[in-house]
Amino acid sequence: MTTLNTMSRPTPVQQGADLQPLPWRRMAWVTWRQHRTALIGAVAFIGALALCLVIVGLQLHHAYSAATACHPTGSAACNTVVANFNGIGNFLSSGAFFLVVPPLIGAFVGAPVLAREFEAGTFRYAWTQGFGRWRWTLAKLVGLGAVVAVASGALSLLASWYYQPYFASGNQSLSLTTFNQLNPGLFEQRGVAFAAWTLAAFAIGALAGVLIRRVVPAIVTTLALCGALAFATGGWLRMHYLTPLVTQGLNAPGSARIVSQWGSRGGRVVFTGPPSYPIYQQYCPAQAGLGKGDGSGAGNPLQCLAQHGFTFWTSYQPASRFWAFQWIEGGWLFALSVLLIAATVLSVRRRAT
Amino acid sequence: MNVIETNGLGKSYGATKALHDCSLAIPEGHVAALVGPNGAGKSTLLNLAVGLATPTSGELSVLGGYRAGSQAALDGIAFVAQDTPLYKNLSAADMLHLTRNLNRQFDESYAEARLAELGIPQKRKAGKLSGGQQAQLALTLALARHPRLLVLDEPVAMLDPIARHDFMATVLTAAADDGVSVLLSSHVLAELERVADYLIMMSFGRIQLAGEVDDLLAAHRVLTGPTSEASSYDEHPVVHSRRGDAQAHLLVRVSADDQIPVGWEAHPVGLEELALAYLREPGAAALPGPVRSWDAGPSEVTR
Repeated sequence: MTTLNTMSRPTPVQQGADLQPLPWRRMAWVTWRQHRTALIGAVAFIGALALCLVIVGLQLHHAYSAATACHPTGSAACNTVVANFNGIGNFLSSGAFFLVVPPLIGAFVGAPVLAREFEAGTFRYAWTQGFGRWRWTLAKLVGLGAVVAVASGALSLLASWYYQPYFASGNQSLSLTTFNQLNPGLFEQRGVAFAAWTLAAFAIGALAGVLIRRVVPAIVTTLALCGALAFATGGWLRMHYLTPLVTQGLNAPGSARIVSQWGSRGGRVVFTGPPSYPIYQQYCPAQAGLGKGDGSGAGNPLQCLAQHGFTFWTSYQPASRFWAFQWIEGGWLFALSVLLIAATVLSVRRRAT
Repeated sequence: MNVIETNGLGKSYGATKALHDCSLAIPEGHVAALVGPNGAGKSTLLNLAVGLATPTSGELSVLGGYRAGSQAALDGIAFVAQDTPLYKNLSAADMLHLTRNLNRQFDESYAEARLAELGIPQKRKAGKLSGGQQAQLALTLALARHPRLLVLDEPVAMLDPIARHDFMATVLTAAADDGVSVLLSSHVLAELERVADYLIMMSFGRIQLAGEVDDLLAAHRVLTGPTSEASSYDEHPVVHSRRGDAQAHLLVRVSADDQIPVGWEAHPVGLEELALAYLREPGAAALPGPVRSWDAGPSEVTR
């Protein structure tokens, strides 16, 4: 006896080998039904932040119009109005408050998409249905990713409106608070960057979910990775999207963001950053107030160093590069998201069970 | 048509060989039981068949020549995994709707009628159903797809006897009425006789025995004779032996025209007894090629 029961009938023609896959629209209800709690939560959270922005933003805009309309400038009454504007919305102005949105969406919407299927074993159900597992994954990730990106894009539109008064020219002459458009924390909230950060965080969460396969560790990993990426980008990478401009002196023009400063002497860089204590001590102790005596020799220490042959340099990114930087950051984050989602789908396709 | 056909199929997880050189052909129209101890590779074989895993070596085709996991295979095979996973926070009605959306074919009226018959409230969350009801819901979802092959991985392991009976009754009805081929893995031997008409036994990632139950029963006999002669008994491949002081019982493979030795009595064997004998002798295999005799260590074959 053998184990091989040879076929009793010839294998039939494989009719339907050219079967069309099921239409993508079938996944719309599936995705909504399975993730509506997460989506409603995310949208409610974003909505609450938006409400906050609108309420404080209206006050801010009113205060701003009052401050700019006030005459004569410098009068006691106007100073009060200016102080009123400058004092509004401090908890929002740092920007940090909104930066939690992308990581939270990545962690609580992105990470569970696949991790929960693995943890509960339901991938064995989902991936043996007629829709097919990689298409199931792609449909879910694209659908959910689009929704969270649009929602956070809407929030960043509101943030752009909110922060407008802080970027107006002429603020400085009125002693109104001015923000630098390229400042980390502020930059990410406006333009296209915020939606791109949200999408990237979502994609990081999805990939963490498929690799880690457990919900809580995937959430923690997503938060850590998103934080690290945001930190590295804001702290270093962003300032090098385009070659910084260099100007002589220690002041950058307008509201540019300073990248680095250094001093040279005889064509060689002798220090980076502002002039340091030993430099002053060596060349201009009196002018820097370091000399003996009553400080009568104190003057402009920088001028003194210049007289000793030092030249100061500042490299900076001008505020006019804001939109160029927005598109660069949005672009690479979008490309990263596409890569991560592709990696997630491939991983589902290749390594099941 | 063979619902599943494998040739030299193997699956490794890292250094672990879960499945090794499996060649198998299960014709359609059977309720096939896949039996073996834990870790024998049953789930691995089923996962490969439904396309959840991909083979490391060898070939596998389903439904008469389709690649496992291909569109035709996904359409034609319904799988109920171990512990019948369902979305616990979805209602039974939602699970129906979900499954309908995810499949080309879904018989909603059948599914609703089944749930009503089973007394499963459509609005209740799947997680709040009893174990038996969850299993029945998962089975209903699978059958409403009108599959050509229904694959069940340890479907009744967690169920109480009544739920187990009801579940298997549903499976058998589908097999009898709609001609669904069934492949189920189980280590509940008592069910087999009632349920299965095709048996595949596995041990250590290999196929030990496979064939229609009637053929397998016809090909095995229990020989009873004096213990003193048992050791010299080598005319037929011995699967399993039980030796008392005076009498020995040997489960042997025979063919119809084999002679029974003088002084020995032959009895037909039951399915459960047959399965038990093979389970006890993981090295025994009714495969072409050398078969170990009963007094050799099992290791030489199983390695």
